Amino acid sequence: MMKKLILSFFAFLVSMSAFSVLADDAAKPLQLGLREAATPQMERIISFHNGLLILITVIVIVVTALLAWVLIRYNAKANPKPSKTTHNVPLEIIWTLIPALIVAIIAMPSLKMLYYLDRNDNIEMTLKITGYQWYWGYEYPDHDGISFTSYMIPEDEIDESKGQKRLLSTDNPVVLPIDTNIALQITGDPTDVIHAFTIPAFGVKKDAVPGRMNETWVRIEKPGTYFGQCSEICGKNHAYMPIEIKAVTKEEFEAWLEEAKEEFSMNNNETMTVAYYEGAY
Amino acid sequence: MADHKPGFFTRWFCSTNHKDIGTLYIIFSIVAGIIGGWFSMMMRHELGDPGLQIAADGQEWNVWITAHGLIMVFFVVMPGLIGGFGNWFVPLMIGAPDMAFPRLNNISFWLIIPAFLLLIGSALIGQGAGTGWTVYPPLSSIAGHPGASVDMAIFSLHLAGASSILGAANFITTIFNMRAPGMTLHKMPLFVWAMLITSFLLVLSLPVLGGAITMLLTDRNFGTTFFDPAGGGDPILYQHLFWFFGHPEVYIMILPAFGIISHIVATFSKKPVFGYLGMAYAMVAIGFVGFIVWAHHMYTSGISVNTQAYFTAATLIIAVPTGIKIFSWIATMWGGSMTFKTPMLWALGFIFLFTVGGVTGVVLANAGMDTSLHDTYYVVAHFHYVLSLGAVFALFAGFYYWIGKMSGRQYPEFFGQLHFWVTFIGVNLVFFPQHFLGLAGMPRRYVDYPAPIPPEHLQGMLVNPIEKMQWIASQDYGYHLWNYVSTIGAYISGFSVLIFIGIVFYTLFFGRRAEDNYWNAEPQVMTFEWTISSPPPFHQFDIQPKVK
Repeated sequence: MMKKLILSFFAFLVSMSAFSVLADDAAKPLQLGLREAATPQMERIISFHNGLLILITVIVIVVTALLAWVLIRYNAKANPKPSKTTHNVPLEIIWTLIPALIVAIIAMPSLKMLYYLDRNDNIEMTLKITGYQWYWGYEYPDHDGISFTSYMIPEDEIDESKGQKRLLSTDNPVVLPIDTNIALQITGDPTDVIHAFTIPAFGVKKDAVPGRMNETWVRIEKPGTYFGQCSEICGKNHAYMPIEIKAVTKEEFEAWLEEAKEEFSMNNNETMTVAYYEGAY
Repeated sequence: MADHKPGFFTRWFCSTNHKDIGTLYIIFSIVAGIIGGWFSMMMRHELGDPGLQIAADGQEWNVWITAHGLIMVFFVVMPGLIGGFGNWFVPLMIGAPDMAFPRLNNISFWLIIPAFLLLIGSALIGQGAGTGWTVYPPLSSIAGHPGASVDMAIFSLHLAGASSILGAANFITTIFNMRAPGMTLHKMPLFVWAMLITSFLLVLSLPVLGGAITMLLTDRNFGTTFFDPAGGGDPILYQHLFWFFGHPEVYIMILPAFGIISHIVATFSKKPVFGYLGMAYAMVAIGFVGFIVWAHHMYTSGISVNTQAYFTAATLIIAVPTGIKIFSWIATMWGGSMTFKTPMLWALGFIFLFTVGGVTGVVLANAGMDTSLHDTYYVVAHFHYVLSLGAVFALFAGFYYWIGKMSGRQYPEFFGQLHFWVTFIGVNLVFFPQHFLGLAGMPRRYVDYPAPIPPEHLQGMLVNPIEKMQWIASQDYGYHLWNYVSTIGAYISGFSVLIFIGIVFYTLFFGRRAEDNYWNAEPQVMTFEWTISSPPPFHQFDIQPKVK
């Protein structure tokens, strides 16, 4: 008992010291529900789903109970003489109206949430995301056009001591500041296929369609490392183009920007290429 | 006597008899089902552990899922429910001697054989068609799939589509013109109603699919750019066209199932179907609304927020007529005198599992919620609950209900019930844990998933499951556990298929002779097929039956 407490205390200390393991959001083996929320979007999705889950569970229980009742009460032994009832108009009207009412009750918060997820008028920075077979390209148009690509770390190079995860960790994680309204502009390379950019903990999923620019937004509330995976079938390596995002404080983000400008300055050519394609449309 | 059967070749290869063609369809559906099921077994085995087990790479995996989906939709459920039971029982139930266009009926069946061969070919040649059953461009375009495989898959769908359109035209003509005197539309058996509505959905939706895949074909081979942004086209256009067909298609698969379940519930409750008109018009409503909800498959594709809002509202409405059907089935049993023979077990299983699949559909209908669940295993669980555990349960229900009528021999009751229970446990074990995987965020169509690779002695399926699950649960991330449980379920389901094959052969060779009305259907629930012999004469209804 004592040993466990001490161990968990150390685990806590370790987790506080390195931001990479602060919010560790990959799915757990025993996970039954949605991921823990890192954004207000996901918080809304979770609370909507919690309500919906109760509702659909009640519906299934009611239907199962009715089935169980007829099986017990109206089997041939319990009820040798079948009734001759063939319809009951008031009853039929009731079981049409009640489900109609239930879906109307679902629709109201659902649509409200949908419009909330769609856009935010107070955007503070933009991240442009491009899907390729089979990696992601990221650009920071508001920060001197930093741009880089991000590939999955191959299985044999995964270093578990660094908290790297098989099929999830990437060579160049995206770094984003917390508490900032970030617009995500998602597109596909014009000569590529459709991919989908997904971060479960953010409540974000948008297709990266060649020739189209899709936009959504995100506001990360907790620092940490977040993972996502391509969510539209895109060929052979569909399962091998993960998304890794490191959310850091605004100060850490500024510091990272300085490093990134150095590190990714070689990639400016690529930015030009992408800009050229955009001009073509 | 009019019962002069033609010789073997003429009877089975040039058949114009609706019962023989129905039999051919059912045999075809079972064979295709075993092949499609084999693909699912390979898929589940592959996903039993993280890492690659039997797939060479992701492309091979994508070919499996594509073949599995297309086979199950076009070559198992549709031929089984529509071609098989539809052909057999629509003419019998309306008191007609045959279908309106017997030779058209023959063509409908024989088109589906080359369609199936083309589809199998598409999986075997070159790199295969690894596009998913939706065949979205640009992945299915020449850049994504340069070989001939996708072209073969397109031709396969052309032929299967033509077959279904011809069959649907035949059903519509038959049902409108060949009902027994006195059988008004409002006295028509519900299975016939279901087939009528299904046929309308087929003739209205399949041409749109035909158009979409033809445009894809010319994009691939003749330099058009309908779906290519480089030439001013749009990949999203294909998605709209595909789902304008694809959504009605799922109702095409489930409406005949509704019809079969209604008859079985009525027969075994010894009560007519409760709220007959409500049942019939609920199917009409489902068919109609089915045409105006297609973009709920495209919530994340970038359609505008107002469009998403409309499709959310429209999709939620489907819950209302579906609810009417579930409640009416329960009300049919209410006050009844129920017996629980194998067909009734499948029907009860259908009602329960369709309810589970239905409520997850209500969750997915919400565009905002779909942001989390789109293209995850939650969707896989949902549509397998309504199709694999819905439409397929109805196929088995219909098989056990009518096999005595069709073959003249009755199935062994004990093994029929055993088949039901093994399947019921197996498929729930396969698909229920997939809800958890989907909520946790596991994307579908993945050959491999994030999770630590287990140590050597815990790899594979022939290990101590308790020890294996303990090891998996002790890891700090991964989708391994529920995938492993799901794969165990797949093996149980696979075993149930072996039971079924055994039952089929036992019934055909050793089954006891079936009486005319072997379920003792009461006069108030009796349809015409129970008034004639089992099996029916080669030409039935020498004296035209009448409805009072």
